[in-house]
Amino acid sequence: MTSILEIPADEYMLPGNRSCAGCGLGIGLRYILKALEGKCVMTVPACCLTVLGGMYPISSITVPWVNSVFPGTAAMATGLVAGLKALKREDITVLAMAGDGGTYDIGIQGLSGAAERNANFLFVCYDNEAYMNTGTQRSGATPKGVKTTTTPIIGKIHSPKDMGQIMDAHNIPYVATTCISYPTDLYDKVKKAKDIYGLRYIHLCVPCPSGWQYDPKDTVTIGQLAVETGAIVLYEIENGIFRLTGRSRRLANGGKLKPITEYLSAQKRFANLDTSSLDELQEYIHKRWNEFITKDKTLTE
Amino acid sequence: MTVLNQQRVNNTHNHLSNPKTYPPGQHVVTGNQSAAIGAFLSGVQVVAAYPITPQSPVVEELAKFIEEGELPAEFVPVESEHSAMGVCIGASIAGARVFTATCANGLAYMCEQLHWASGSRLPIVMACVNRAMAAPWSVLNDQQDSMSQRDAGWIQLFCKDNQEIIDTVIQAYRIAEKVYLPVMVCYDGYILSHTVMPIEVPDGNKVKKFLPPYIPHTPIDISKPVNINPVTLADPRLNADGVLCHGYMEHKYLHHQSLRNSLKIIEEIDIEYKDIFGRSLGGLFSEYKTDDADVVIICAGSLSKMCTLVIDMLREQNVPIGLVSLRAYRPFPNQKLSVALKNKKLILTIDKSLSYGYQGPICIDIKSSLFESGISSTVISFVAGLGGRDIKPYEIAEKAYDYWNKFNKKELTNEIIYESQWINCKY
Repeated sequence: MTSILEIPADEYMLPGNRSCAGCGLGIGLRYILKALEGKCVMTVPACCLTVLGGMYPISSITVPWVNSVFPGTAAMATGLVAGLKALKREDITVLAMAGDGGTYDIGIQGLSGAAERNANFLFVCYDNEAYMNTGTQRSGATPKGVKTTTTPIIGKIHSPKDMGQIMDAHNIPYVATTCISYPTDLYDKVKKAKDIYGLRYIHLCVPCPSGWQYDPKDTVTIGQLAVETGAIVLYEIENGIFRLTGRSRRLANGGKLKPITEYLSAQKRFANLDTSSLDELQEYIHKRWNEFITKDKTLTE
Repeated sequence: MTVLNQQRVNNTHNHLSNPKTYPPGQHVVTGNQSAAIGAFLSGVQVVAAYPITPQSPVVEELAKFIEEGELPAEFVPVESEHSAMGVCIGASIAGARVFTATCANGLAYMCEQLHWASGSRLPIVMACVNRAMAAPWSVLNDQQDSMSQRDAGWIQLFCKDNQEIIDTVIQAYRIAEKVYLPVMVCYDGYILSHTVMPIEVPDGNKVKKFLPPYIPHTPIDISKPVNINPVTLADPRLNADGVLCHGYMEHKYLHHQSLRNSLKIIEEIDIEYKDIFGRSLGGLFSEYKTDDADVVIICAGSLSKMCTLVIDMLREQNVPIGLVSLRAYRPFPNQKLSVALKNKKLILTIDKSLSYGYQGPICIDIKSSLFESGISSTVISFVAGLGGRDIKPYEIAEKAYDYWNKFNKKELTNEIIYESQWINCKY
């Protein structure tokens, strides 16, 4: 595992961008581009990342960037790969990066098609668990019980999809989850994914101060709490072999999950949950955690 | 020439001159085969498509060329038309020459991508095998699909027969790459797509000369990174060097101007094509016996080929009639058409589509062109052939004869002038 001091000092994001104060996305993108050493072309649909990238004619990023229609990220990436291949320029990594709406919801058809064809690009879903760019509407990634602007009174009544499992079911060579609060975990996964042929899917948890309703200074802490309580689990599936990684692996190897309430009570979006819902959620988190531990045959290593 | 562009030149022209099965010369092929051979000869590097009737044989033929190793191109069998256009956009931005084909609901499903392609100023060429729009379902021919995408900022060219399809596909790349706009090559489903006709397949070596390698306007270059199509404000804005750059409206003005300028380019390229290959497609539109005509029929696609028979039939009956066959629908050749239609007394437009709630789109555009030029000819809108309803030459001839007589007897009522006349509608 790369230590934080070993991460290259080169920067591919310019100082100052249009994202909100405390946005976790900038942290994530910074380490992704470091891992790719800037040798990539990005494609991005309409989302928070479009805002971060800047408005014409000023850009905050120093790698080629191609904007796409909302449902079209995976198709645009496929086209860039095909075009670059036709011109024998396969040294450039194509990085597709969409939010949870552009991945779970409007983007899933194109992404599923690209995964079935094992198109040769890296897809990063940066998951802030709702449509944050349009003002916090619920998405297929929003957790049950969360208040959003389209679930304003009683909170979301449906559970989110498990996008990691959905992508794994496509038999692609690499699936991983990570979180911006663990930059070395993110860095290592992108670096590994860079050298794998085919569709690589990385699920990046990105806390969002405005949508999750916490103090912008707490973004990294919130992401850490997500992992330490088991709300987010860091893992990778490489050629079908599942292994927990980073903080989640250490927790599985003799650590203990914190109570889920520590994560939930730090954000106002969960304020609606009553005691029975909290108990139900805690039970679900433990059940899923045990399943992950059972699934990981490498834990004794 | 930059290293990137040199790479492109080296990589664009490395396909066989002609498919083995289609050496230069006469072949009897369907319209769909004609389109596929045209794409082959143009040296397409990426093909992305989704099956839809009656378009599917175009890409089946190309897939065969690619799998047999004759055409060194990437074939991407996407999961939807939306993605087909998305892949074409991505590959075209990367610098590859791309081709796709679709029709009807597939074209409609691409709608936002069509705007993205033209707004990105990408020289994508797409065959649109004209088919009726559902609901209710119909897989048969009319032109509602491409007409509904009239305002997507593409060049739209209609083909009269299978020879025009192969020639138009080749010309389309030349036009597209000159003005940086996508071109929709429209031809009638089944009537052309599934009907065999003799065509002359051009010599691929000549096509290679006619069609220089594609050089993208904004290459993907890591040493010169560009953010392509970011959020663009309404007003011009300073860049980091203090230079004032276009706002959204200036970009749209340039897009529109390029489309208008392509009127001239379409004509010039057709003339050049004739010099090399011996065939002209008429530039923006072609005329048949219009010189001394008082009545003119105007339509587009295979129907206009059939209408030459109608003209001959009516000429035998001493009706002073001629035909204008539209090739370029967008950009619309309003000025040239108004010159061609000057002194014509009666104009009969036949649309295989409708602007629902008004009249046929060709009729509407002809009327506005005449108004701009102060020509006060009488224009009558006919609607025919929707959802594959057969159109017979004698039906058109009867209508034309009838309305010419009514015109001469001053019997054209408001009902005729302000509404569309439906040919062979049994309601």
